[in-house]
Amino acid sequence: MLRFVVRRLLQLGPILLGLSLLLFVWLRALPGGPAAALLGERATPEAVARIEELYGLNEPWYVQYWKFLVNAVRLDFGNSSRTNRPVVEEMLRTFPATIELGTAALIFAIGIGIPLGYFAARRYGRWLDNLSVSGSLIGVAVPVFFLAYILKYVFAVRLGWLPTGGRQDPRMDAEHPTGFYVLDGIITGNLEASLDAIVHLILPAIALGAIPLAIIVRITRASVLDVVHEDYVRTAEAKGLYERTITRRHVLRNALLPVVTVIGLTAGLLFSGAILTETVFAWDGVGRFVYEAIGNRDYAVLQGFILMIAILYVLVNLAVDVSYGLIDPRVRVQ
Amino acid sequence: MRTTSLSRRFAVISSAVVVSLVLAACGGDDDGDDDGDGAEGTAGGSLVFGASADPIILDGALFSDGESARPAYQIFEGLVTTEEGGTEIVPALAESWEPSEDGLEWTFHLREGVTFHDGTDFNAEAVCFNFERWYNFEGVMQSPAVSYYWNTVFGGFADGAVPSLYAGCEATDESTAVISLTRPSSAFIAAMQMPSFRIASPTALEEGDADAVGGTEESPAFEGTFGYENPAGTGPFRFESWERGSNLTLVRYDDYWGEPAQLDEIIFTVIPDGPARRQALEAGDIDGYDLVDPADAEALEGAGFQIMRRPAFNVGYVGFQQNHPPFENINIRKAIAHAINKENLIQTNYPEGTEIATQFMPPELFGWADDVTVYDYDPEEAQRLIAESGVTDLTLEFWYPTDVSRPYMPNPQANWELITADLEAVGFTVVPMTAPWNPDYLDAQSTGNTPMFLLGWTGDFGDPDNFIGTFFQTVNPQFGNFENPEIFAKLDEAEAETDPDRRTELYQEANRLIADFVPGVPYVHNQPAVAFREGVSGYVPGPLNNESFAAVTVD
Amino acid sequence: MSLAQVEATTESAKVSEEGGSLRRDAWRRLRRDPVALVGFGIIALFVLVAIFAPWIAPYDPADRPGAGIVTPTNIPGPSAEFWFGLDELGRDEFSRVVFGARTSLLVGVVALLLGMAGGLVLGVLAGAFGGKVDTVIMRIVDVMLSIPGLLMAIAIAALLGRSLLSVMIAIAVINIPIFARLLRGQMLAQRESDYVLAATSLGVRRRSIVFGHVLPNSMSPVIVQATLTLATAIIEAAGLSFLGLGSPDPRVPEWGLMLANTQRYLASAPHLAFFPGMAIVIAALGFTLLGERLREALDPKYRR
Repeated sequence: MLRFVVRRLLQLGPILLGLSLLLFVWLRALPGGPAAALLGERATPEAVARIEELYGLNEPWYVQYWKFLVNAVRLDFGNSSRTNRPVVEEMLRTFPATIELGTAALIFAIGIGIPLGYFAARRYGRWLDNLSVSGSLIGVAVPVFFLAYILKYVFAVRLGWLPTGGRQDPRMDAEHPTGFYVLDGIITGNLEASLDAIVHLILPAIALGAIPLAIIVRITRASVLDVVHEDYVRTAEAKGLYERTITRRHVLRNALLPVVTVIGLTAGLLFSGAILTETVFAWDGVGRFVYEAIGNRDYAVLQGFILMIAILYVLVNLAVDVSYGLIDPRVRVQ
Repeated sequence: MRTTSLSRRFAVISSAVVVSLVLAACGGDDDGDDDGDGAEGTAGGSLVFGASADPIILDGALFSDGESARPAYQIFEGLVTTEEGGTEIVPALAESWEPSEDGLEWTFHLREGVTFHDGTDFNAEAVCFNFERWYNFEGVMQSPAVSYYWNTVFGGFADGAVPSLYAGCEATDESTAVISLTRPSSAFIAAMQMPSFRIASPTALEEGDADAVGGTEESPAFEGTFGYENPAGTGPFRFESWERGSNLTLVRYDDYWGEPAQLDEIIFTVIPDGPARRQALEAGDIDGYDLVDPADAEALEGAGFQIMRRPAFNVGYVGFQQNHPPFENINIRKAIAHAINKENLIQTNYPEGTEIATQFMPPELFGWADDVTVYDYDPEEAQRLIAESGVTDLTLEFWYPTDVSRPYMPNPQANWELITADLEAVGFTVVPMTAPWNPDYLDAQSTGNTPMFLLGWTGDFGDPDNFIGTFFQTVNPQFGNFENPEIFAKLDEAEAETDPDRRTELYQEANRLIADFVPGVPYVHNQPAVAFREGVSGYVPGPLNNESFAAVTVD
Repeated sequence: MSLAQVEATTESAKVSEEGGSLRRDAWRRLRRDPVALVGFGIIALFVLVAIFAPWIAPYDPADRPGAGIVTPTNIPGPSAEFWFGLDELGRDEFSRVVFGARTSLLVGVVALLLGMAGGLVLGVLAGAFGGKVDTVIMRIVDVMLSIPGLLMAIAIAALLGRSLLSVMIAIAVINIPIFARLLRGQMLAQRESDYVLAATSLGVRRRSIVFGHVLPNSMSPVIVQATLTLATAIIEAAGLSFLGLGSPDPRVPEWGLMLANTQRYLASAPHLAFFPGMAIVIAALGFTLLGERLREALDPKYRR
């Protein structure tokens, strides 16, 4: 198991190196530079030239790339040209926000998706099955931002049940030692703040979790159907075991494997969705920040953030592979 | 006391605009309930204001964006400020001032008994400390991206690489500061109200290491804590806390020299998306927000929210770059001016009451001329001018920006579509060109690569120099490197002139020359709106977006 | 024609007959599947609307029948004359939605073809050659997959500038690794299968094995994936337009751009967001329904 993890971690190296090079070429190929982005309407050619000189943007690209690599190893990604703050500081602020949102979306998707998929399969062809199947098909056909707007319009604007956006009521007096607001409330003993953070999470998490939910329902249903018809389940049924025992001991455990894979894959999906969801719900997270950084040609932020996103993404997939081993003993032996 | 030479007309118009607000404010005061915390006229309470972005830093010298300026206006005060709802310069930290005969020395008589939020005394030394700080910026701090307004108003820095308008500052006594200039400038005093020239506590600046720039040469970072943790000014509100990316909280400064603020606290909360800000207001999550979309204004008004319109202090225009044919041909430029149905454009895309522009600055500003050449909507005249021009290739590369909503152009794409339809109706062929506003569009536009484009300008201070002086005083690639010595000379003369009446005349002459030359087609002066929920009162919208929250109350 | 080739051809005929029977079986079950028929019906409608847009739409998409009536706060909704109401410039929304089908179909199909072609090349190379070629290609695919799809698409669209073509390329690129993995997996699986081993032992050249046998037999999952990709391509194109990276010419109606443009009118004219939004949902749904049912029909484990 350990060797497996180590081997996977070593594979991360070439991927990241390739990615960083790709990133670097991409950034340099982008039309326009950060100088004009900083100045807006006031970008006169003289001012632009002056900024490029001051920021050392006219050094050869390989010098810039080498410096970037050396610094990245030391977790120093430079400073944002837009906010003039260290990139690491911006990461510590925005990554917890997105991870918190993504986790909430995943909890929503798994919490509803696995039971729904399971019961749909057990009642194959009946109304619950048909309903969840068609629901999940519609679910993947709705653009994330369209769903986000509809949810917000109905539940926040029309009904006023939930806030329209943000991570916490601005009037709330709360400390944020970790940046994970729900957790912060618990740590600082401010349960009211935790509750408020949860209330703010509901709509964005549903919007973001809708597509993963649809996928998880479908995969769970499919893999439960697979397993139900396997010989060992038929044997178990023939032996007269209770349905609940069969479920726990055989069906769910074996059906979870593909589901776990899909959860790993949805990590990327969640992030793509986060760019749009965060825009609609004024969520101060990574997606929005990176999107704005592309517009602003904020090289340091893009290099650091995209690399960090890729690392996280690969790590999530590693965790998925490891959890395979926990669920399925056969994988451990390999 | 001497005030600047701003037109009286402006004050009249702007006061007409604010009359209803003042009435609303009175009403608000009457039924504003007293929370019973004792103090006379202190309504207390907190106000949550929706901002479109997080401030960059709370140090006036180091930013040039509106969302940093909004809180900075509450924390810091300048030597002078503008009258409520107008652009006329009135006293602030200086009770009075006078320039010397030659216009090179400005003596400011300072208010006494003023303290900064950190307890430091305000005096002439503090004023000079601030000016000397700005003047001595080094390295990256001199970048126009950092100290844009010093670069614009004063030119160079102490290192002398670029000549500076600033010559020195002397504290002749505790409450008298004398600022000397290297040449007379009429725009100097008007600029002094901007957040970039507001006075901060010397102690806080030093303790907070305000000028510390860390990081590497390639990617500098502000390292000092002043602008993030302890921005101490003299204003009616002081800094409380800032959760970057989401909330900035200011609280009332109890030892304020003037009328203390009504509110206990203001919270600026970041909501970048326009529709999201409106929804947050409707849902009661925030008490007010800026940059209200024209499409929302009436709907909000109908639903019982207050919409406050600022006097129009901007201009939206179609620009031509004369280095690209056929725009060097004046008949083509005139034909385009006649082809555009401005009235229809404004009716379709702008709120009611929006003014059609005839020149590159708003009528509220002195120097605006009522007798410039006006190009009315006249497709036949446009076709006649095209025929007369002799140009056969009538293909126009016409640019519009995306990802942006400006006060003068809430929906650039919609403007582009209507103008394009008008142009094609008279025989032009339009090639659609677009780029994200920041930086691609502005980059292309400022380097002369957008033959025909949509743009505009919002005034930073109340002087024509900030409008037509910015566009047409020298060769400007935005307008395709044209050289029109007559216009250039007129604007140089106007800037150096110290007699207010003569200046007005010179700028009017310049406006007439520009209108005849058609470097672009100005078409709109919009009134940007601010929205508040019912029960918020005392906010007086101003043309320069520099409103104070000191008199604002909530019920 | 050598003996080996003749033998290989007959061998492949046998295999494709097997594949053919699977496909015929699938087709039979699809025809009886109401969900698949609904999906197919939606797609047919969508394609017909796109082709016959000028005859279906009552107005030219650029005409402004509402000129002079429409202001930012007065955008009339659906009526007998204008079925979907007017847009923010006074144009007929129904006509624009109808013409928008053309753009969406074009973007979806071209993006799919480009992505499939790229994925085929990489997947076939990796699967056919194995070894170092496989390792290198799969590392490239890993790198591509380590960036979330939309972020990758934004990056590419930002690089290429605003145009429909760059939207197509951006969407194609994020689908390349998916098709590449799919093809490689298929080829690896079939490389061990009896008929390939037989063909190899008979001395059939690798190229003819790959193109004559393996590739045709990998087509079923590719077709399923392609149908589903059309759905995501339409949604992704809308997402890119929403973020301001679509076509530069707003006169050509495009659903994503129409939806994005009208966010600001959500309060006063919700119909402007509703109709293009629903058009995207329905078109994407059509491809999803058909694709999913096709997948199930081709998958032996659902045969009961």
